[in-house]
Amino acid sequence: MTKIDATDMLYRDLNNRIHTLADRGEKHIELRNVCGQKFIGDALKGDVKIDIYGIPGNDLAAFMDGPEIEVHSNGQDGIGNTMNAGKVIVHGHAGDVIGYAMRGGKIFVRGDVGYRVGIHMKSYKDNVPYIVIGGCASNFFGEYMAGGVMVLLGINGDDSPIAGDYVGSGMHGGVMYIRGDIEDRYLGREVKKLELDAEDHRRLSELVREYCAHFGCDYDEIMAKKFIKLAPKSHRPYGNLYAH
Amino acid sequence: MYKRDLEHIPSGCAISGILNRKGKRIDGRKIIKSIALMHDRSNGLGGGFAAYGIYPKYKDYYAFHVMIDDEESRNRFECYVNQHFTVEHDEKIPTAKVNGIHNPPILARYFVKVGEGKLEDAGIAEEDYVVRQVMHVNSNIPGAFISSSGKNMGGFKGVGYPEDIAKFFKLEDYNAYLWTSHGRFPTNTPGWWGGAHPMTLLDWSVVHNGEISSYGINKRYLEMFGYKMELMTDTEVIAYLFDLLVRRHKLPIRIATAALAPPFWKDIDAMPEPQRKAYTAIRSVYGGALMNGPFSILVGFTGGMIGLNDRIKLRPMIAAEKGDFMYMASEEAGIRVIEPEPEKVWAPKAGVPTIGLLDEGVEL
Amino acid sequence: MSTPGVMATQVPPEFTVEINERKCVRCKRCTTECGFEALTYSREYDAIVADDAKCVACHRCVTMCPKHAIRVTDNSLAYKANANFSDIHRKNILKQAETGGILLTAMGCDRDYPVLWDHILIDACQVTNPSIDPLREPMELRTYIGRKPDCLEFDPDSDPLKLKTELAPNLKLDVPVVFGGMSYGSVSYPVHKSLMLAAERCGTFMNTGEGGLHRDFYRHKDHVIVQCASGRFGVHEEYLNAGAAIEIKIGQGAKPGIGGHLPGEKVSEDVSKTRMIPAGTDALSPAPHHDIYSIEDLSQLIYALKEATRYRKPVGVKVAAVHNIAAICSGIVRAGADYISIDGFRGGTGAAPRVIRDNVGIPIELALAAVDDRLRQEGIRNQTSLICGGGIRQSSDVIKAIALGADAVMIGTSALVALGCRVCQKCNTGKCSWGIATQNPRLTARLDPEEGAQRLTNLLNAWSHETQEVLGALGVNAIESLRGSRERLRGVGLDEKTLEILGIKPAGR
Repeated sequence: MTKIDATDMLYRDLNNRIHTLADRGEKHIELRNVCGQKFIGDALKGDVKIDIYGIPGNDLAAFMDGPEIEVHSNGQDGIGNTMNAGKVIVHGHAGDVIGYAMRGGKIFVRGDVGYRVGIHMKSYKDNVPYIVIGGCASNFFGEYMAGGVMVLLGINGDDSPIAGDYVGSGMHGGVMYIRGDIEDRYLGREVKKLELDAEDHRRLSELVREYCAHFGCDYDEIMAKKFIKLAPKSHRPYGNLYAH
Repeated sequence: MYKRDLEHIPSGCAISGILNRKGKRIDGRKIIKSIALMHDRSNGLGGGFAAYGIYPKYKDYYAFHVMIDDEESRNRFECYVNQHFTVEHDEKIPTAKVNGIHNPPILARYFVKVGEGKLEDAGIAEEDYVVRQVMHVNSNIPGAFISSSGKNMGGFKGVGYPEDIAKFFKLEDYNAYLWTSHGRFPTNTPGWWGGAHPMTLLDWSVVHNGEISSYGINKRYLEMFGYKMELMTDTEVIAYLFDLLVRRHKLPIRIATAALAPPFWKDIDAMPEPQRKAYTAIRSVYGGALMNGPFSILVGFTGGMIGLNDRIKLRPMIAAEKGDFMYMASEEAGIRVIEPEPEKVWAPKAGVPTIGLLDEGVEL
Repeated sequence: MSTPGVMATQVPPEFTVEINERKCVRCKRCTTECGFEALTYSREYDAIVADDAKCVACHRCVTMCPKHAIRVTDNSLAYKANANFSDIHRKNILKQAETGGILLTAMGCDRDYPVLWDHILIDACQVTNPSIDPLREPMELRTYIGRKPDCLEFDPDSDPLKLKTELAPNLKLDVPVVFGGMSYGSVSYPVHKSLMLAAERCGTFMNTGEGGLHRDFYRHKDHVIVQCASGRFGVHEEYLNAGAAIEIKIGQGAKPGIGGHLPGEKVSEDVSKTRMIPAGTDALSPAPHHDIYSIEDLSQLIYALKEATRYRKPVGVKVAAVHNIAAICSGIVRAGADYISIDGFRGGTGAAPRVIRDNVGIPIELALAAVDDRLRQEGIRNQTSLICGGGIRQSSDVIKAIALGADAVMIGTSALVALGCRVCQKCNTGKCSWGIATQNPRLTARLDPEEGAQRLTNLLNAWSHETQEVLGALGVNAIESLRGSRERLRGVGLDEKTLEILGIKPAGR
C-alpha cells in the first residue's frame, strides 16, 4: 500500500502520482488530507483500491473504468461522471449530478444526495450501472434515465419526502426502487409506478446487502418497509411529438 | 497642414547600409553617394537615413526627433513630453535650404530620460514606457510626430530624393558607425514627411524595399501586443515586429528572422530533431509575424545591422565586406561606388538573415 | 371530430413525378432505388406509378434510371398571391393542424437570409507587389490547430537550435478544412468510413459527432476527433484516447440551445453497439451537459477530459453562433479550450425543429469576425484556434473565412453532397435513398466507402488548388499570411455597421 499526504497538492500532481502508481501495479493507495482536489480516479483503469480521507473535489471517478474508491467522509458534485466500471463508496453525503451518463459500475452513498442524481444513466447489455442512496434525493432524480438501476432508501429522512419533484422526468429506460412511496404529482410524466416482482426483489436485496456490508446497517430493518418500483412508460417517449 | 496617410500606400525603393564593426564613425558622404547612385529606383517622394553613434554627448538619453506642424502643435507636444519625461536638452534640427525640398515641418530634437517614479507608477519596463508614450504622441497629439526615439541615433527623412534630403539635413556633418538609407517610390503623392523611411521605434530602424503582402495580418498580430499602426505602412510593421520578437520576447536574432521569413514546411520536415521541433514551433506560434510578399530590408539597431529577404527572393539584396566595413544594398553598384574593391561580395539567400554585429567589447 | 390519420390530408404533394411512358422500359429499377417508396410498378397497367406525396426530390430515381425517363418537378400549385402568407406558411399550418406536432426538418436553414460570403470580395496583386504562380512555386496550406504560447523560449547555448518552451499538443492539418461532427446513427457506416479514409488521405480530420466511434475505425484514430456531447453516447476512456483530439459539443448551428434526438428507427444493432444503448430506443441528448451549468463547469469538463487523456490531446469546444458569441468564446478560451468550433446558424443537422433551425442563431461570418476581434482585443487569440462552419459551400468561402480570422473551416453538408446527397432535407426519416442518412442496410450498401473517400479527396484537393490560386494572386505563399488578413477583403452591398463588425472596408476604399 502507498500512502500519499495530499496536503496542498495540486490536483494535476496528485492524479499524476495516482496514475503512475497504478501503472506500476500498485493495488492500494491511501490519500490523506484530501481537500478539493478534482478528478481523482479520472479514467483510471484496473483493480486498484483508493481510500480517501478528506473531501475529494468534483468529478471524482469520472470516466473511471474498474477501480474502487472509498470516500471516508462527504463527497462533492459529479461523482462517477460517465463512469464505465468500478465502485465508489461515500460514507457521508454527496452533491448534485451523481452518476451522470454512467454506464457501468456501482455508487453507494450513505447519506443524502443533491439534484439530478442518476441523470441520463444508461445500460447496454452486460454494462449495467447501479446507484444506491441511503438518504434522500432532491429534484430530478433519474432525469432522462435510459438504463441501469437506482435504489433510494431514505433511511436518514425525517418527514420530508424521500425524493424531490420531477422524479424520473424523461425516463426511457432502467428501473428505480424507492423505499416508501412518492406522490404521483412528484413523478415525471414519462414514469409509471409498479409493484416489485420476484426478479426485482432478487436484484434489490442483493444491492441492499452490499449497501449494508459497506456501511454496517441492518438489512432486515431496511427491507421491512415496502418498496415501489418506477419504470418508464415507453422507450420512445417523444415518438409523437413531431410533424414531418 | 501635413496630412497623415490614411491609406496603405505601396511603394518600391532602394536601400543601402554601411556598418563599421569596430564602431569607427564615418560622416554621411559615403551613404549619400551609395543611395544617390540608385536614384532611379525612387521617384522623389521620399528619402531618409538612419545614423547610429551620432549623439555621443547625449548617448544615455532617448533622442526624440520630432516633426511638428505649427507652434500650437509644438506647445501641445512640449507640454506632454515635459509631463512624461525629463528633457535634458532640446534644439532645432539644423537644416539647409535645398531646391526640391518643399514645405518641411518644424523639425526639432529632444534628449530625454524617464523621470524617477514614472516607471513605478506605470509598473512596466523603461523601454515599454517609452514605446507607450511615443505611440500616444503619434496617435493622439495632433500636429506632432516622433519620427525616431532611440538613444545615440536618429532618423532623418522627408519628401524628396534621398540625396536632397541628406543635403537638407546636412548629413555630411554627422558621424556614425552605422548608416542606413532609403529612396522611396510611392504609388501616390503623400504630402506627409512621416511616411518616409526609415521607420523607427526605440533604436530599431527599418529601411525597406518592396511591399509586405501579409501587412493586414501582421498589423492585427501586433495590435494584439499593444502596438498601434499609425503610419499605415508595412515598414512600420517590420520595426515593431523586431521590437516585439527581439526586445520583448528576447528571441535571438536568427530565431526572430526565422519567424519573419521561415523555411518552407518541406525543409522543416527534412530537418533532424530537435531543429524540426523548434522550427515547427516557430512557424505555428509566430504565424502572424510571417512577412509574406516581396521585401528586402535593412534593420539597424545599436548592436549592428540585419539584412533580410523574403522567402522566395522577390526583391534584390547584395552584401559585401572590406576590413571592418560591411555593406548591404539593393544593387551591387551601390556598394562598388563607395568601395570599389571589396574583399567579399555575395548575394544573401532568400529568407536567410545577413547579420552584421559590432565586435564584442566595442566602446561607443 | 376526426383524429389524425383518419382525416384525409390537406397538405398537397411538394413535387410531381413524371414517368415518360415511351422511354420507360419497365425495368423497375426506380421502384427499388426510391428509399421513400414513392414509385411502384402496376401490373394492371404495366407502368410505373408514382405517389407524388412521398417524393422528396432526392433524384435517386432520376439519376439511376437507365433511360432517363423520370422527371421530378415542383408541384407548382397556384396559391392566391400573398406576400405575407407564402405557400410554405400555409402548408406548414396545414401540417400542424393535422398532427399537432413540432415541425421537424433536417440539414441547414433554407430560408432566404443574406449570405455575407456572397458580399465579400478578395484582393489580388497588381504591379506594386507580385502575384505568385502557385503551380510552380511553393504554396503552403499547413495549419496547426491547438493552443499556442504567446512566445517561445530557446536554449541560448544550444546548437542545433533547441526549444525550451513546452508546447501543448496540436493537430496538424495539410488543408485547412476538417469534416464537421456527424454522428454514426444520423449518418451511415459507409459515410463515416468515407470521411475517415478521406481525412487520412488529405491530412485532415473527421469528427465522430456525438454517437461514438465504431470499433472498426479505432485504427484510423490519428485522423479522428472524438466528440463528447451531453448524451455521452459511446464515451469511455478507450474512446477518449482513441482520437487525436476531443471536442466537447455544447451546441450546433442548426439547433442552438436544444438537445438531440436520434429516433429509435435509426438505432440499429450496430449503432446501438457503438452508442452503447439498446437497439430501437430513442437516443436523447439533453439540451445542456448536466455537468455544465456555468463557465467554470465547462473548465471542469475540459480538464476532466485532459486528465482522462493525461494531457496528450487538444480539447476543443463546439458552440453554436449565438448573439453574444464573442463573450462566450472569450470565456471558453479562458476555461482552457485548445480550439473552438463555431457553427453558424446555417449549419446542418440530422434533425431539428424548423422553428429553431430557421430562426435561432447568427450567421457565421459575423460570429467569426466578432470572436476573432474580441480574442485579439483581449490578447488571447494565440491561446486557441478557431474552426468555423455552418454553410461553407466552396473554396472561396474557406478563403474568406480564413481571411476573417478562422484557422480552419469545417464542412458537413458539402461533404455529404460530395457523397451524393441532394439536400432534400429528410435525414430525420432515416429513408435516405443515397445511403447517407439512414441505417437501412439495403440503402447503406449503396455508398461504397472507397468511392466515397475518393470523391471527398477530390473535393478537398480541388479546394486546395483553388485556395492556392487565390493565395498566389494575393502574393503570399503561406496560409498564415492570409489568416486574419482582413485588409485583403472588401465588402459590396453591405451597410456600414455590418462592414464595421466584419472589420473590412467597402470595395473602392
